[in-house]
Amino acid sequence: MAIRTKHDPQSYTFAGFGSEKYPNLMLRGAGDLNNWTLDVYEQKHEGYVAMKQALKMEPVAVTEEVKTSGIRGRGGAGFPAGLKWSFMPKDTPERKITRYLVINGDEGEPGTFKDRAILEYNPHQLIEGCIIASYAMQANTCYVYIRGEFLWLIEKLELAIEQARAKGYLGKNILGSGFDLDIIVHRGAGAYICGEETALLNSLEGRRGEPRVKPPFPAAKGAFGQPTTINNVETIAAVPPIIRMGGAEYAKLGTTKNSGTRIFCISGHVKRPGLYELPLGLPLDFILNELAGGSSTGKKIKAVIPGGASAPVFSEAEFSTPMDFDSVRNAGSMAGSGGVIVLDEDTCMVQACLRLIRFYAHESCGQCTPCREGCNWMEMILHRIEHGEGTLEDLDVLASLTPRIAGRTLCALGDAACGPMESMLKKFRHEFEHHVTHKTCYVKGHELLAKVGAH
Amino acid sequence: MNHPMPPETSEAPLAPGQRLPRSERKEFSAEALQEIAAIAAKYPDKLAATLPALHIAQREFGFTSLDAMKAVAKALSIPEGHVFGVASFYTMYQKQPVGKYHLQVCTNISCALSGGAQLLEKVCQRAGVQPGEGPSKDGLWSVEEVECLAACGSGPCLQVNHDIYDEYVDERKLDEIMQACKRGEYREWAK
Repeated sequence: MAIRTKHDPQSYTFAGFGSEKYPNLMLRGAGDLNNWTLDVYEQKHEGYVAMKQALKMEPVAVTEEVKTSGIRGRGGAGFPAGLKWSFMPKDTPERKITRYLVINGDEGEPGTFKDRAILEYNPHQLIEGCIIASYAMQANTCYVYIRGEFLWLIEKLELAIEQARAKGYLGKNILGSGFDLDIIVHRGAGAYICGEETALLNSLEGRRGEPRVKPPFPAAKGAFGQPTTINNVETIAAVPPIIRMGGAEYAKLGTTKNSGTRIFCISGHVKRPGLYELPLGLPLDFILNELAGGSSTGKKIKAVIPGGASAPVFSEAEFSTPMDFDSVRNAGSMAGSGGVIVLDEDTCMVQACLRLIRFYAHESCGQCTPCREGCNWMEMILHRIEHGEGTLEDLDVLASLTPRIAGRTLCALGDAACGPMESMLKKFRHEFEHHVTHKTCYVKGHELLAKVGAH
Repeated sequence: MNHPMPPETSEAPLAPGQRLPRSERKEFSAEALQEIAAIAAKYPDKLAATLPALHIAQREFGFTSLDAMKAVAKALSIPEGHVFGVASFYTMYQKQPVGKYHLQVCTNISCALSGGAQLLEKVCQRAGVQPGEGPSKDGLWSVEEVECLAACGSGPCLQVNHDIYDEYVDERKLDEIMQACKRGEYREWAK
């Protein structure tokens, strides 16, 4: 058993956090290692109040409440969660259906570390969310899929589930409502692709994590062939506050079509990296300069990846973009999983690009040819440019590769690889050209690639 | 055309005639078989227990050897080929022996921005092994370059076996961690 005892050096708060302007709904007690128990959750954080409230409502009314809140999935795609729940088929008098709720805790997107904090400090908020969501969809089994590296968090979550079961919050006939629910934690084994929902289902079923052909969508045929809804850890953890404060009240946070708060994970060259729970729609430069303290190296910030490694980069011109799903998309990137990676002026974009593409080439499941071959070729070409053997033609080849990968694969991994590749090449082409003509980096300062192994 | 090729990041494919290393152990212990049966009973389909059973196998056998895969197939009465397919897909199933302390260094973008690449170099130097090379001579260390461990805000990050991450790892902290390992303060690999 490995409950964390070492203090976590992450920053979870900022001046004004917890006030009406910046409500603290998701990170209550984060940083306090004793915060995870059922007692603390019930005494200090209004724990299981929302669950008791929801169990008295009609399941459809719970879904309606979540729809009213307007919350959009926090995993990456930003699909409205309430709408997703309403796709689940209902029982008919002739036929009773087995439905599943699956929680995606395969946090693998580089730059994202929010689910880890929720599991570390507020596992009961996730469990409460699971109960409410399962009740709304009348699912009697909930699987929580967590990446294999988080073994100590899996052990912690299992303890928390035991605590909830002992209190009668899980199991048969929860608090006399007639509703049964069991939560099963499933451990992954180190595959980024399993964050894709249908790959996750395959992995849950004990298969290779290869994405499935859609349709049928999981709401029709998901885990073990049954209707399934897959939600991110953060989305489900946001459900108890929604029910507690009411969907309409929650919808007032953030902007009209992008309601609520979300956890931004800020990493890279800023003074105070860490988790920032903020209402959606705050401008990126405000978040970076006012909250995260600006550049940590004293150099200007050159580029920002706004939504996890798969999102196309922002250069200075886009730094004023409001951070919500629609604005970021209109600015040519994606809000994704909320991982904000900050790169300063001294970062060589060719190296950064190569490091990212190497990740995608490694993590491609190999099912679709454009992604499997394309990502590997991009890696090889970038590697050759980085080592001073590239030609100017290579840049055109790279530019011609991306439209042949993106949109031609079963899942979004191919598109994800093209996001950084295409945008970095377009916005920082001079650095790539410099690499070809001068056989060295345009800027020197950070060495991003290790010189070990067989190079 | 002769140009530099990127390093092999995933495991290299087996050469013709090359076999996966064998493990000493051939069968599960009785407790492990019970544990696997209990896990399989939780799912509507016993196939779903493949991943958890492989984790147990790795703990029991020390690494995911061919014998471990065969034992999993036998325990769950599923095809051996299926287990091999799954085991070879996921990177956390180590197909060759690892040291008592498996040092995993993240070198993905966020960690790299704060020195992940240099940390990996130092780890290799101290442990005396290259990534993917198998255990060091004293059997204590093995090194792996891993992708994002979700500690981006506090990189560079090092994970020892399945235990809690150590964050903001610099040279001094790395020494402390390796000393603590030698004193037995970290969970050993197969425990």
